[in-house]
Amino acid sequence: MSDSTVAAANAGGAPKVAKISEAIIRIAGNSQDGIQAIGGFLARLAGRSEQEVMTFMTIPSTISGGPSIFQVRIGSGEVLSSGDEADVLLCFYQHSYEDHIKSLKKGGIVLYDSDHIEAKPEWQKDYHHLGIPISGLTVEAIGGTAKDKGKNIYSLGLIAKMFDLNLPKLEKLITERFTGKDQSIVKNALAAFHAGYAHSLGNVLETFKFVDSQSKDGHQVVMNGNEALGFGLIAAGVRFGAGYPITPWSDIMELLRRELPKYGGSFIQTEDEIAAISMAIGASYAGRVAVTGSSGPGISLKTEALGWAIMAEMPLVIVDVQRGGPSTGMPTSIEQSDLNIACFGGHGDSPRVVIAPADVEDCFYSAIEAVNIAKKYSVPVILLTDQGIATRIEAFREPNLEKVCQDISPTFEPVADHKPYDLSKPDGITQHLPPGTWIQSGKYPIVTGLEHDELGHPTGSPKLHMQMMAKRRKKLQALGATLPTPKVYGPPEGNVLLVGWGSTQGPIKEAVDRARAAGDSVSSLHIKHLNPLPPGLENIFAGFNHVLVVEMNDEGLYGFGQLGGLLRSRFCDPKIRGINKTDGLTFKVKEILERVKTNVAEGLRKH
Amino acid sequence: MSQILTDAPQSPKVLPIHVPTAEERKGLSKKEVAADHPTWCPGCGDFSVLALYFKLIEKRKMWHEKITTVAGIGCSSRFPYFVQAHGAHYIHGRALPFASGISLSRPDLHVFVFGGDGDAFSIGGNHFNHTARKNIKMTYCVMDNWVYGLTKKQTSPTSPLGFKSKTDQWGAIDYPINPMKQAIAAGATFVARTTHTNPNHVLQMMEAAMDHDGFSFIECLSECVEFYEGAFDASNPRKGGVFNLIPADHDVTNEMAAYKLADEPFPGRFGIFYQVKKPTKNTKETEINKSMQEKVKGLKDWQILQKNFDRMK
Repeated sequence: MSDSTVAAANAGGAPKVAKISEAIIRIAGNSQDGIQAIGGFLARLAGRSEQEVMTFMTIPSTISGGPSIFQVRIGSGEVLSSGDEADVLLCFYQHSYEDHIKSLKKGGIVLYDSDHIEAKPEWQKDYHHLGIPISGLTVEAIGGTAKDKGKNIYSLGLIAKMFDLNLPKLEKLITERFTGKDQSIVKNALAAFHAGYAHSLGNVLETFKFVDSQSKDGHQVVMNGNEALGFGLIAAGVRFGAGYPITPWSDIMELLRRELPKYGGSFIQTEDEIAAISMAIGASYAGRVAVTGSSGPGISLKTEALGWAIMAEMPLVIVDVQRGGPSTGMPTSIEQSDLNIACFGGHGDSPRVVIAPADVEDCFYSAIEAVNIAKKYSVPVILLTDQGIATRIEAFREPNLEKVCQDISPTFEPVADHKPYDLSKPDGITQHLPPGTWIQSGKYPIVTGLEHDELGHPTGSPKLHMQMMAKRRKKLQALGATLPTPKVYGPPEGNVLLVGWGSTQGPIKEAVDRARAAGDSVSSLHIKHLNPLPPGLENIFAGFNHVLVVEMNDEGLYGFGQLGGLLRSRFCDPKIRGINKTDGLTFKVKEILERVKTNVAEGLRKH
Repeated sequence: MSQILTDAPQSPKVLPIHVPTAEERKGLSKKEVAADHPTWCPGCGDFSVLALYFKLIEKRKMWHEKITTVAGIGCSSRFPYFVQAHGAHYIHGRALPFASGISLSRPDLHVFVFGGDGDAFSIGGNHFNHTARKNIKMTYCVMDNWVYGLTKKQTSPTSPLGFKSKTDQWGAIDYPINPMKQAIAAGATFVARTTHTNPNHVLQMMEAAMDHDGFSFIECLSECVEFYEGAFDASNPRKGGVFNLIPADHDVTNEMAAYKLADEPFPGRFGIFYQVKKPTKNTKETEINKSMQEKVKGLKDWQILQKNFDRMK
């Protein structure tokens, strides 16, 4: 709460109302407590109130149960990350209390269920404790047993009171959420919510009110990254997909399975990952860019088929929602360790396109960009997101869907003649004609994984192999030349340049803001197009003494993460070094700043 | 070069040509359907399967653009190169899911898949089972030669016990797959067996398979003269064998009877073992689409998406 901190105890006074511009609320409990629902309501409310919001959650990879947290940061200004330290911790169990109290900033509020938690005296002086028998009061409000759901909604009422949240908007959200189910469920939810809202906050001497956010044009929509990506694919005109369930990709396939039939499309759940990509490639061949996706282990399985699509020059979108690897790894942890497989995975020289969205909104637009590149360059495009973006909720400006939505239906105009792998094209771009197209010369093309001639028939000619290899490379070089050079955040010259990709954009930018506020010369650069890389990066790097690549992956055998290694091999620049970690949790701003300090000191020694 | 780079890709030039109506267009001749000269060894059984596929196209007056020939990897999987029509030569064992992608998104096409026993029952075994059980509309013709030919004589999943190959010098020890049983058990709705030495029968089976609305599977014995010569002599009357048709009184809808027929020792029976009418996945998906589209009737695609976004405000 940057504009105000919790007031010190002010004996006997009526609670004051402090104006704040943002708040970070961490909710800790078990995975069945519905804490995501509280976070979801808060996020959606923020979206409807034209505020910015970002959430962060951890879920256990157990089938049922286990500790889970949901953190939501709501702000009237720009919210770049889910925040380092919470202002309020809402906790349901002793373990939630003990494990997460340290994530609370000094002087922050612990709102705890006193039916399950015994507060520790030694923490009372650092944190403002507020014990409420949440479980008991929920039962009192709506009946049932303490095990029943409802305490999450009761707690939402408490939070609504504490932050003076818009009551009618929240009531509407709750009603919308539970409508369609049994009427008594809506009634119970509202009863629990009102009971929580009416409960006295006792010794809290201050409640809060968000300052009005600067008015923005248009409405905001609130969703998580997987939803944004799925809807982006639909907007892009994708009407066929195939996949196999794997965390954290499954949400996207569930969404597409549910939604595509409305548009006359289909999403097929296949017997395995290989069948999924094969079916998607088959559908792409049949005339319209199709999609498949997975997470790490499934991407490994798909790579042979991916190689075929590169060889046959077939358009395709492959989503990789990264998680902790290698192997089954850490299924519910955040990691950015699939950059190498995305850019280089597979046998042989197999150039493909890799795009990594930076946030939830970017998932929507990157999906459209991926489809258009796949179609235009007749090439597989990998959309590399991660568990962090996939599950976090953000509010963003509603896209103009009428303008954004596109139709990519194939046409089957007869042609006089056709050579899909025409070598005379200087940019090397192939355009296939889908089956169903009448070719009047009577010469029909074959698509194949064998090296081939211009019509797709197999060849053993070394010359053709070299020419076709160059063709597949050249078209991506052509694409690379059209990509925009990313903009430096902060001054274009200085001491340290932080380079990032994917979900770390927010914390990196925030680290730049904080470092600059402290007088340090730090800027950042976010690279979204990973393969091919955009032009002009070397000129940007030239303006800094240190180029530190911040990534959530291992520093590798030689001390560089995966993007770090790629940039080093591309630019041969020894000042490119890495800040890496693999703890499965999103980067904290503080963490980045500390690592920058030690890294720069080390770098100077090495120079 | 940047000028060229930013240009949109040129679509192939469409000439102002007269598109004949269906009545005006004639069926294709064998010459018009044949493409590359097959690379198979002289005497290979696959030649006759190809010739009969041409005959099928000719007889049923199919046009180039309406046929899609798909294959995986193996000698027989070279098939699409020899057919003058849209076609795909995909990776080993995965021709069926590739073909499913075409079939499910393009109801206007005839999808034919050709392949060998390794493709169908070894590396692609999983896809065989699932494509069959989902009853995805296509015709799958497995040219079974009981050996890996392209890689020069290794044991295949249909090699009989005792077959001496480079990977079983002392004779195959693994029990072979029975393709008929495999297909029936997997839920294929059309299961037939034929042999390359009886061209009329092959064509008959191909026609019946093509007319079947669903996943139609044909096992066509196709001798590998190089690595398994004489494998099917016992089924060839010209070599002193017998070609026994399915008994006339066999009820093709009787799964147990079909299974029993499939259990007969080689040369066994030839013809349609099993055929039932079941809704295809293609039909079921279309039905889902119809009912879902009913709910958004009259809306443009962007308006359907807008409804989702309105709920996320």
